[in-house]
Amino acid sequence: MLDILTLRKSYGSDLVLQDISVSLKEHEVKVLIGASGSGKSTLLRSINLLEGIDDGQILLDGQDITAVGVDADAIRSQIGSVFQAFNLFPHLNVLQNITLAPRKVHGVSKSQSEDEAMHLLKRFGLADKAKQYPDLLSGGQQQRVAILRAVITKPKVLLLDEVTSALDPILIAEVLTLISELKSEGMTMMIATHEMGFAKRVADQVLFLHQGQILEAGSPSDILEEPRSTELKAFLGALRDAGRL
Amino acid sequence: MSYQPSPLRLQREEARRRASRRSALIAVISTVVIGTALTIIVTGAPGFKAVRQSFFSWHYAKSAFPHVLSGLFINLRVLLVAGTFVLIFGLLIALARTSRSPVLYPVRLLSAIYTDIFRGLPLLLVLLLVGFGLPGLGISWIPSSVVVLGTISLILTYSAYVGEVIRAGIEAVNPAQRMAGRALGLTQTQSQRYVVLPQALRKVVPALLNDLISLQKDSGLISVLGAIDAIRAAQIDTAQSFNFTPYLVAGALFVALTIPLTRFTDWLTRRQDRARVQQGQW
Repeated sequence: MLDILTLRKSYGSDLVLQDISVSLKEHEVKVLIGASGSGKSTLLRSINLLEGIDDGQILLDGQDITAVGVDADAIRSQIGSVFQAFNLFPHLNVLQNITLAPRKVHGVSKSQSEDEAMHLLKRFGLADKAKQYPDLLSGGQQQRVAILRAVITKPKVLLLDEVTSALDPILIAEVLTLISELKSEGMTMMIATHEMGFAKRVADQVLFLHQGQILEAGSPSDILEEPRSTELKAFLGALRDAGRL
Repeated sequence: MSYQPSPLRLQREEARRRASRRSALIAVISTVVIGTALTIIVTGAPGFKAVRQSFFSWHYAKSAFPHVLSGLFINLRVLLVAGTFVLIFGLLIALARTSRSPVLYPVRLLSAIYTDIFRGLPLLLVLLLVGFGLPGLGISWIPSSVVVLGTISLILTYSAYVGEVIRAGIEAVNPAQRMAGRALGLTQTQSQRYVVLPQALRKVVPALLNDLISLQKDSGLISVLGAIDAIRAAQIDTAQSFNFTPYLVAGALFVALTIPLTRFTDWLTRRQDRARVQQGQW
């Protein structure tokens, strides 16, 4: 489904991603862990073409989406993205936020897109917020709306970039529940997170990024319980000291 | 068990009441003292009698009022037409200047040059150049009406200001908003139209209204071209009677016209500020 082949990316002389190769199969969930600045966000932003890459390729269903002349807007419309800062549109209410892309990008009618949006909102207990503006919602509600906004168009892949980092523990739980439900429905996802317990629960595979390279990859229990590299051991040790593991 | 305010609370409330009574008293005394002082200074001035006769004559105010009022209708029409075009052109200039499309490079360049020139030129000079220069070209389709030429001058000058105000609004929208739009698959143009511009315009409404108030006042400057607006009408009456009261009448009418707009702008600004404080963005 999504194949990343020897990806390389630098900002000036700063090499932020090197020799990244990852294959994401349909319905698979891969979780990226690693310290801030290890390249998790850059990798996700490269996949939805918000960042240009220097070398390598990214294939979506076999099509090279990093090739010259590819319609980036058309590619992005098939990939869902959710960010740490929610980035809901403050001038639109919840329903309008969710239906903007279906209507303007996918040409779905207003009434049909609103029906679908209300259906999603009901399922995830947010129906009473449909007409509210984002600034009246809690952070957890905002982030859940942002996730629904990304999945309503049925993207091939959903990219989640530290979506709980701006939330307190109770709000984190409600967001993670929603993501777990998406997994049980078979959503293909690539998730960058600092929540190790969550990584353990949803990940089919965990990738440890360090200074722009994938140092270790494996099942959650392998990575979290039997780290091999000194870098991963140090990272997990620091998490443990901070009370986050 | 019902809540009984503690003596501490009663004491605190009494102190607050005392403080606010004190503030009100001080405000009243201060107003009376300054008001009295101003009255004494003005009415005690050696030329006060002469000024009162030539600027505050009820007789001349009454006789000039109909002329000035009918002139004011010209100002109002100029304001409506100029205001509409200024908003349209200002928006186009702002969009051109913030676009990144290579096709629009020449438009971007022209807008930048235009803005530089017309923000720098005094309005009076633009009025004189357009009002006397354009008809001088002798081109048949160029209008010769001074009111139209005056309106064109106002549009030229104010579009440059308003364009900059809207551009500032566009640039003040968090770039993450545009990025979120693009991530949903919206094109550059769609992101601008549905995500950035609505937020930008909300931000600059008070500033735009401020420019509109200023335009309302400056519509009086078209009188230098000979258009018989409120100021010109007052000038004609003054020339006949050698009494300056008609100017005061015109001034009072202009102020009366701007007060609703200024109050509305203040109200809108306060409401936005309150919303920001509530969201903790201060």
